[in-house]
Amino acid sequence: MAEIRIEGVRKTFGKVKAVWDVSLTVHDREFVVLLGPSGCGKTTLLRCIAGLEQVDQGRVFIGQRDVTDLAPKQRQIAMVFQNYAVFPHLTVFENIAFGLRMQRKPKDEIKKRVLSAAELLHIEDLLDRYPAQLSGGQRQRVAVARAIAVDALVLLMDEPLSNLDALLRLEMRAELKRLLREVQATTIYVTHDQVEAMSLGDRIAVMKDGQILQYDTPLNVYDKPANLFIGGFIGNPPMNFLEGRLQEEEGQIVVQVGNSQIRPSPEVQALLRRLEDRSVLVGIRAENIDTLHTPADDTLPAEVLVVEPLGSHNLITVQVGPERIKVNTDADFKARPGETLWLRFNADKIRWIDKASGQALDYKFARPS
Amino acid sequence: MRRSRLSSRLLGRGLAYLVAVLIALWILIPIYLITVAAFSPPDVIYGWPKSLLPKTISLETLLFFINAQYVLPSLWNSVKVALLTLVISLAVGAPAGYALARHIFPGKDIYRIALLSTRAFPVVILSIPLAVTFIKWDLYDTLIAVALLHAAMALPTTILVTSSVFIGVSRELEEAAMIFGCNRVQAFIRVALPLALPGLAASAIFTFVLSWNEVFAATILTLQNRTLPARMFVQLAASPVPFRFAGGFFILVPALLFMFFIRRYLFSLWGITLK
Repeated sequence: MAEIRIEGVRKTFGKVKAVWDVSLTVHDREFVVLLGPSGCGKTTLLRCIAGLEQVDQGRVFIGQRDVTDLAPKQRQIAMVFQNYAVFPHLTVFENIAFGLRMQRKPKDEIKKRVLSAAELLHIEDLLDRYPAQLSGGQRQRVAVARAIAVDALVLLMDEPLSNLDALLRLEMRAELKRLLREVQATTIYVTHDQVEAMSLGDRIAVMKDGQILQYDTPLNVYDKPANLFIGGFIGNPPMNFLEGRLQEEEGQIVVQVGNSQIRPSPEVQALLRRLEDRSVLVGIRAENIDTLHTPADDTLPAEVLVVEPLGSHNLITVQVGPERIKVNTDADFKARPGETLWLRFNADKIRWIDKASGQALDYKFARPS
Repeated sequence: MRRSRLSSRLLGRGLAYLVAVLIALWILIPIYLITVAAFSPPDVIYGWPKSLLPKTISLETLLFFINAQYVLPSLWNSVKVALLTLVISLAVGAPAGYALARHIFPGKDIYRIALLSTRAFPVVILSIPLAVTFIKWDLYDTLIAVALLHAAMALPTTILVTSSVFIGVSRELEEAAMIFGCNRVQAFIRVALPLALPGLAASAIFTFVLSWNEVFAATILTLQNRTLPARMFVQLAASPVPFRFAGGFFILVPALLFMFFIRRYLFSLWGITLK
């Protein structure tokens, strides 16, 4: 297994800057997810690492070796494609054995490796069948088995679960995680599904418009998004953002939200003091808001608009001043549309965003390593 | 209401079957008649009225035909030319089709149109200047000359068919092959080619039959080493009737055999099992 290092990679297609000045390091045996909306460049970046696309600028290192000018077959990688790319004219056995046959491995070793890969993916009974006789989920397993049988330095996956139905996707996600942990492969996984990214990755690289916006553990990306976009992209429901006006009160800075005030801690006040603009965005997730039926310290009033009972909890849409936000409550918390509730934000979980730039105030963009 | 819809559907079905049967008969009846005549003794062929079912089966007519001086050699020539044509047109046409399918290059559309336009020239007119050229190149009256012309005739359709076949093979499959150890050429041979085989087989049938049946160019371009249709074309007016039936049978059979042979291959690749 090996570490992957990408330095200053650029790739354009005509006028489109698919990947622009991207640098990234993936540690040995790490599972990194490239997450982003369609067109953000994640698949292009993966294909540059694979060698299926030639980079216009920058270098790619796999396991200390500069592979930038090498063909895919020389990079010691394995890949699982979105549409599986399982060879229709070969049996399942021959499909899984393909990489090993190209490496000219001896027959019994091939047989042993194919069988063990098939067992890991629970397809040992299907070895004599052709892909046309398999379901989508089974074909996907063949694609994964083919990739792990080869024992590559690096495993690349391009949205392998997106063509499966929802239930199967859930199952395969957990299985994939367990499997890859066992195989201990250095993996780069591309997806647009943030739930997949959160559940599978050791670290997530959030991409947009050809650049990496944040590269951190799932929990950090969730709790401390680097900017407005990431806060809204990750998490269901997306992070709420309220407008706050800064005001000076007895030497302290208070943030006016709607008709109420939030009193931030001294550390936060130091950050807020540096803002030129007198306005800031208060980011808070639905589950980090306490809801009360009566006013108390540090609470804001909010009018209930919609109550959605989701079984495990209630999702309530409320109006705070001119803005609408979403709040999670216990399933047995009773609320009716038109009623006034009192919200308390968990101060530790507030994400302060500079309204002008959309960046979080305390996020220092460091080289993703 | 339901009954009329059902009956109109049955009517449509019946009509479709009727048309299919008529077309099949249109092709099969002449084949049958020729076959029957080829296996009948000469006096039956000369006799009248002719019966639909053969009363006597004899190999006399066929033997008479085969033993005629030039038949077997020219039959063999036809086979050689057809196979040569096949090899040339696939060797040139398949990679050309692949290039059209996978790559974008300047002049691509003009190339496609130019390909088709070569078929616009009537072969009969082309043959004479070609004969002159072949004489200059010392290629006149050789099988390779005929094969070259046949290949030139077959190439446009071969290239266009193979290009659409290769478009049907997903690019991802070759990419997967390249990830797992192939270079571009190996990926083509191990993945693209096997999957394109049904389409290639189809264009092979077309090419073989085109070459086998081609008469004009073969007649003009050869003298001693004639293909069977060329020979017969030249000699047939002076031949007795049983001879002609036997000749027709001989020209028919190899093409049919070739088609049946390739057909199995096509079907097995498509997953249809023949019993």
